[in-house]
Amino acid sequence: MFANNPFAALSATISPAAMQAYIVAMIVLVAAGTLFDIVHKGSAKYFFNNFRKSKGEPVGGGQLASIAIQTAVVDVLASGEFCSTRRRIAHLLTMYGFLLYVVSTVVMVFNYSTASVWPHLWWIGGLMVCLGGYWFWFFIRADVAAEGNSPLRLMRADLFVLSLLASVTLGLIWAWAQARGSSGSPVWFALYIIATTVLFGSVPWSKFAHMFFKPAAAFEKRASYANGTRSNLPRPADKPEQFGSARTAPRHY
Amino acid sequence: MPTFVYMTRCDGCGHCVDICPSDIMHIDKTYRRAYNIEPNMCWECYSCVKACPQNAIDVRGYADFAPLGHSVRALREEAKGTISWRLKFRDGREKNFVSPIRTTPWGSIKGPAEYAAPRPEAFASQELAHEPDSLKIDGGVPTLAATRLKRRLA
Repeated sequence: MFANNPFAALSATISPAAMQAYIVAMIVLVAAGTLFDIVHKGSAKYFFNNFRKSKGEPVGGGQLASIAIQTAVVDVLASGEFCSTRRRIAHLLTMYGFLLYVVSTVVMVFNYSTASVWPHLWWIGGLMVCLGGYWFWFFIRADVAAEGNSPLRLMRADLFVLSLLASVTLGLIWAWAQARGSSGSPVWFALYIIATTVLFGSVPWSKFAHMFFKPAAAFEKRASYANGTRSNLPRPADKPEQFGSARTAPRHY
Repeated sequence: MPTFVYMTRCDGCGHCVDICPSDIMHIDKTYRRAYNIEPNMCWECYSCVKACPQNAIDVRGYADFAPLGHSVRALREEAKGTISWRLKFRDGREKNFVSPIRTTPWGSIKGPAEYAAPRPEAFASQELAHEPDSLKIDGGVPTLAATRLKRRLA
């Protein structure tokens, strides 16, 4: 089951061209939805206005490039902006799981490679998304952990996470049902397609586009620290991070 | 001086929701970010400002006493035990302060629940809780005796 391309078995009923067209349509929906979100909310206009207005010490091109690399490596690839370890791990699982899942789906549908590693990566990615996503959904979400609301309470902010979890979960169930020759697998496939379409089509209303906005905000934050404005925040205190020594107990309370 | 949240900096962690004594910092339903649901009820205690790990919360000054164009921002660094303030005035002046978060060791101050419950006769006494010890007066609390008054009571 884990070594078989589930989309290859599906090609008996749905042509590969149709599957490929669907994937292209989803990519177009994400791009169009993000652009619509940016234009509709004016977020890019306000973001760049604020960026231009913040006056501080001039920052050279080399330093800006270094900031961009730090943003990419620390804030994007390692999700470094999260201060809570649990949230960070859950986000890393979900993010890399989603990437593995999407890339392996594209490779298998477009038949770029027939290596058996791709179906394995598809399953691993899907399971990573489920692990990180359900952990976040039931235990880490602020409206459950901090507000004390029921984990079953739904609100618009849940649209992205819920549609992502639904799409991946239903996809894994469909692949499992199809591998076992279950007669219900077309139903699971239909539900999987509905959830996937909701996930990629609801970009203007969900928080999907934040995956593009947050790196820009992280870069702007690092740039503001470099040019001294720091959003008017004070400079870190000139005190040691760890008071005391092996001989004396710390006295900073 | 009600608080407000910079939604681009907030990551919806809920620390401000946990700490707000007025219970007015909550999570927005559309973006899962924090916001002040009732600025009129803000205590201006700066608890949420200090608690926010992303420094995403700022405080707005009431226009009748805080001049527009000012900025007051705080940075709490728990590992260092410091709280830093940066004040910017409209005329460009800037003042910076660094204070310790506390001057007594963590755990050295007993909470109200850790004291023994007061005896019933203590409620009839003129002394308040923890008196006379907390007053730190040698010889106990001074009392006024009628015999020591210059004018005798009728």
